[in-house]
Amino acid sequence: MIKEITDIGYSLLISGRDMLPIITLILFFQLFFLRQPIPNKGRLALGLLYCAIGLGLFLAGLKRALFPIGEIMARQLSSPEFVLGAGSLAENPAWWAYGWIYVFGALIGYSTTIAEPSLIAIAVKAEKVSQGNINQWGLRNAVALGVAVGIVLGILRIITGAPLISFIVVGYIIIVIQTFLTPRYIVPLAYDSGGVTTSLVTVPLIVAMGLGLSNTIPGRNPVLDGFGMVAFASLFPIISVMAYIQCAHVMTLWRSKKFTKGKL
Amino acid sequence: MVFKFSNRLEKSNWFIARTIKVLWVKTREAGRDILPLFLVIAFFQIVVIQQPFPNLGEVILGAIMVVVGLFFFLEGLDMGLFPIGESIAEAFAKKGNIAWLLVFSFLLGFSTTVAEPALIAISAEAANVAADAGFIDRNDSSYLNYALGLRLTVAFSVGLAVVLGVLRILLDWPLHYLMAGGYTGVMIMTFFAPREIIGIAYDSGGVTTSAVTVPLVTALGVGLAMSIRQRNPLLHGFGLIAFASLLPIFFVLAYGMIVFNQ
Repeated sequence: MIKEITDIGYSLLISGRDMLPIITLILFFQLFFLRQPIPNKGRLALGLLYCAIGLGLFLAGLKRALFPIGEIMARQLSSPEFVLGAGSLAENPAWWAYGWIYVFGALIGYSTTIAEPSLIAIAVKAEKVSQGNINQWGLRNAVALGVAVGIVLGILRIITGAPLISFIVVGYIIIVIQTFLTPRYIVPLAYDSGGVTTSLVTVPLIVAMGLGLSNTIPGRNPVLDGFGMVAFASLFPIISVMAYIQCAHVMTLWRSKKFTKGKL
Repeated sequence: MVFKFSNRLEKSNWFIARTIKVLWVKTREAGRDILPLFLVIAFFQIVVIQQPFPNLGEVILGAIMVVVGLFFFLEGLDMGLFPIGESIAEAFAKKGNIAWLLVFSFLLGFSTTVAEPALIAISAEAANVAADAGFIDRNDSSYLNYALGLRLTVAFSVGLAVVLGVLRILLDWPLHYLMAGGYTGVMIMTFFAPREIIGIAYDSGGVTTSAVTVPLVTALGVGLAMSIRQRNPLLHGFGLIAFASLLPIFFVLAYGMIVFNQ
């Protein structure tokens, strides 16, 4: 019981420390420069306190329940015994021999992104600002699908040993082309969602998976090949969010065309 | 007197019932956010790896903490971080002093990034890679200098990113040209950068933005876009985080090219 309390206390301290620079900065500018009365001071302070408590509990809970199992799982699924099966003699299995790790990567990518607090914040704000035109769940699902695809490709890259550059260059070319084709209003949001996918929940699990895989596969250097997973997980959501809006756009156009045709 | 008392009792009953209802709805929402993750973990533990959960009690306790934590965080967003970001943006717009707004923006990006635990971890790891490749000595001072240099580079670039993002809102620069140009630039630099820095550069772009910074910076952008005439909060307000994930890649690649080419 004492251990539990100190654990929670520790993560509360950590999240409080994350808040500290922001609070200092805002107070400094408020006192010496802006000097305007703040309405609802108490409520704002309580909100900040809630954020600190919430993030602290969230992290402590993840560390207690999810990360240990998730990391063990990532290691087991990418371990030679699991991949090759007992008694298999194959020296260098083909890329499709790693079936479960792809499924695991995709599902973990999707589900951790749905739970990512920064993404929830962005999605809530976008729904409010667009007056409901952008659906919070639609956006989060699009981003999560993008992360899932990104992680599967990241696993494929580590297994095949293809250079990081080739994937990234192709991804960027697609993004640059898409940028000029999508409705303008979604571009900032799409780029933003690429940046927020990878923080609290996603990073520890996919980094463990990348390192585990590059340890298992002969000829991979964990220090060089273990990196880059995060890059994939922030690249592909940009593509998927723009694709989601493009699809929605085409659907509405198609529907309105059908509608006017039926009328005529 | 009696009437009044019962009336008050009824009122407080109603208040309690409403509070419980609101709490239940919000907790359910937080639970729904976290449910897929638990289903995935449970599926793999039971069906694929075929092992029972190690200390199930721990897991359930942790899950409850995660749901309650998320609930508090989401409440805090609406009560604290969002309104603070927006009212600061409004105050700056009212004062009309752009120089101070830019100073504030830089400090906001820099100070929240420089102490970010994920960044500290990644720059220590990067120093390992550099030492393995033989670019820096394994002695303490050059090792620490390299890691610290990397950290300051990333923090500086995030500060600069927020400044650029705010300038974009003020001057109405088109984001799609900036982003397309920025990513093309990063692509070209990738070909010339040493191989040891590339993975780290791209990862550092992803880890710089924490769950506290993102809502605050977003609210700052949206607040600015709402207080300036002829700005659309959706088109101009978002995009600050985009700069904060692009610029670190740029600067870390450059840092790698400078340090490794010595």
